[in-house]
Amino acid sequence: MAMVKATLVEAINAALRQEMERDKRVIVIGEDVGKDGGVFRVTDGLYARFGEERVIDTPLAESGIVGTAIGLAVSGLRPVAEVQFDGFVYPAFDQLISHAARIRNRSRGRFHCPLVLRMPYGGGIKALEHHSEAMEALFVHLPGCKVVIPSNPYDAKGLMVSAIREEDPVLFLEPKKLYRAFKQEIPEEPYAVPLGEARLVREGTDVTVVSYGNMARVSNDAAELAQEQGISAEVIDLRTVSPLDKKAVVDSVKKTGRAVIVHEAPRSCGVGAELAATIARRAILSLKAPMERITGCDIITPYPRLEDYYLPNPKRVLNAIKKTMSDF
Amino acid sequence: MPKKVAYEGRVESWSVMDKDGKTDEKMMPKLSKEQVKEMLRWMVLARVFDDKCFKLQRQGRMGTYAQSTGQEACQIPVALAMQEQDWVFPCFREHPIILMRGFPMAQYLWYWGGDERGMKVPEDVNVFPVAVPVGTQMLHAVGYAWGSKLQGKDVATVTYFGDGGTSEGDFHEAMNFAGVFQTPTLFVCQNNQWAISVPRKKQTRAETLAQKALAYGFEGIQVDGNDVFAVYAAAKHALDKAHAGKGPTLLELMTYRMGDHTTSDDAKKYRPPEEIAYWRERDPIDRLKKYGKANGLWDEGFEQKCLDDAVATVEKAVEAYEAFPKPEPEDMFKYMYKEMTMDLTEQMAMLKRWLDEERQE
Ligand SMILES: Cc1ncc(C[n+]2csc(CCOP(=O)(O)OP(=O)(O)O)c2C)c(N)n1
Ligand SMILES: [Mg+2]
Repeated sequence: MAMVKATLVEAINAALRQEMERDKRVIVIGEDVGKDGGVFRVTDGLYARFGEERVIDTPLAESGIVGTAIGLAVSGLRPVAEVQFDGFVYPAFDQLISHAARIRNRSRGRFHCPLVLRMPYGGGIKALEHHSEAMEALFVHLPGCKVVIPSNPYDAKGLMVSAIREEDPVLFLEPKKLYRAFKQEIPEEPYAVPLGEARLVREGTDVTVVSYGNMARVSNDAAELAQEQGISAEVIDLRTVSPLDKKAVVDSVKKTGRAVIVHEAPRSCGVGAELAATIARRAILSLKAPMERITGCDIITPYPRLEDYYLPNPKRVLNAIKKTMSDF
Repeated sequence: MPKKVAYEGRVESWSVMDKDGKTDEKMMPKLSKEQVKEMLRWMVLARVFDDKCFKLQRQGRMGTYAQSTGQEACQIPVALAMQEQDWVFPCFREHPIILMRGFPMAQYLWYWGGDERGMKVPEDVNVFPVAVPVGTQMLHAVGYAWGSKLQGKDVATVTYFGDGGTSEGDFHEAMNFAGVFQTPTLFVCQNNQWAISVPRKKQTRAETLAQKALAYGFEGIQVDGNDVFAVYAAAKHALDKAHAGKGPTLLELMTYRMGDHTTSDDAKKYRPPEEIAYWRERDPIDRLKKYGKANGLWDEGFEQKCLDDAVATVEKAVEAYEAFPKPEPEDMFKYMYKEMTMDLTEQMAMLKRWLDEERQE
């Protein structure tokens, strides 16, 4: 298979382009997605390639984008809608929660909504107010929607392909911090990474570190630091936060007997809370130490000057790993 | 039955001064010589401030910044037309009016430098915090004006937004509430022709943005937004109405975003250079300068002094901005609630412990 080096941006761009080539029903809509190619350039070149009939700049209205995307999807198209930043999706929340998430259920399967809603997600880029939050827990609380958060170009491309081919709404959250952080060899051809399956990033025997998105990278860095100190950490990247691959997590914790959960989103009722509850229910007898959670706090995400205080970093995760090892 | 006309609307277009600084005396608002000079002083200060912020960002001394260059005449005359007790509800490109309404410059820089303390608006400054989510702030302006009216206070509110902002649902709800409750609100749309890369004509099929007011039952006027006198006249007209209990007004100020959308944007990708040249010839500061000199209000010396004073003011503010120490982690927790909850208190201790441990190694 021919391989190319790609950033996360390029990987998602390739998935969009190839799916649009494969399936005429796929269209891209959003603010500045056309000639400008999106503010992060994720849709770069699509306008030139597919024209303004399939790559469409909309008026500046998120409820408009998502609401009409529901209609577009039900009409037989495959809209991939972009919200410019995760912090600006809220005008569309009513459409998501009241319609996109419910249409299959409330019409007893008569209608469904094959919609992909992409948005740049999370912090770490020292951006303006409202551009750094991690609010995936809100979306995970929309039964009927799937929620994807990739951590690397390979997964991002394959997950986007799956998301576009999915029959239900998928919220595709793209970590801003990773957009151009590094390149990775990925297949040039289209390929699918299934939704709802975690990835084993690194095998280990002492402790399981569960994470996703940019924090999966932070967790892996922490695991490397732990290795230097003689601790063998297993790292799991969830890739999809709804539905959760609970089996992968539980199996790993049963093996290692320790768990550290990492996310940048606020702590209470976050994805980590669900993971902790799952581990407590299904693997409690294997636990050799209390679980640790390294997360954001339940506060408004700070502006850039204090962002470093807020965001979990490898050292913070390492200290949690050590805590699970040393207390007991 | 014959068809009848159910409704017919009309939108006026106002301008007072042409691009060479010549004014139409019939349209000229009443302004003292000192007031006109004050407008020039503030516009020059705003421009110098804007240039400096752009440079600070490029040098890595400040975060992403949205330039207001070219839009000074949409703001300075409005501040001048406002009464002391009136309020501004800005979006994010309103540096000129925010500064003229008394917001301390160094503190304002803190906000753009990524420090929350920048938006602790001083008690005596009637400006609401910058609103980054497009279209959200107009409702607050309507609510504040409505609240003042219900409490028998003579306060008008002025809210700013862009051409793109008129596409958001909240804009329409704000206009509708303002019309229904006849709130003393001035809606100022800075139609700078672009919403990032999306041109004005893709936002709405309507010929003007001003006409949107008609659908909500009040007046909308299109105004040359690079003409200080036209903007002053229209703002004065609207604010006089507001203070007289005659409800809201929408002004569509025709202007141009001379810079990129923000320091993260590259407008060359989507805008033709001819368009920029066209608008550069209509620069609001140049026009006012031509007027001032032709009418004997000032000479080159005064213009130079405005510039020198502005540079000194901005440099001093930047010094204070950069000397401001980083806040303690507590700062992130202290303002979440009137009283910190038990859980947050614990989380704050937890975060401090994490930070201590990280520093130790
Ligand atoms: C709700 C929301 N959606 C998207 C954005 C991203 N964004 C910031 S400014 C902008 C364009 C605004 O255009 P306009 O209202 O014309 O104001 P201008 O920038 O021209 O001053 C966009 C899309 C945002 N800040 N808020
Ligand atoms: Mg605009």
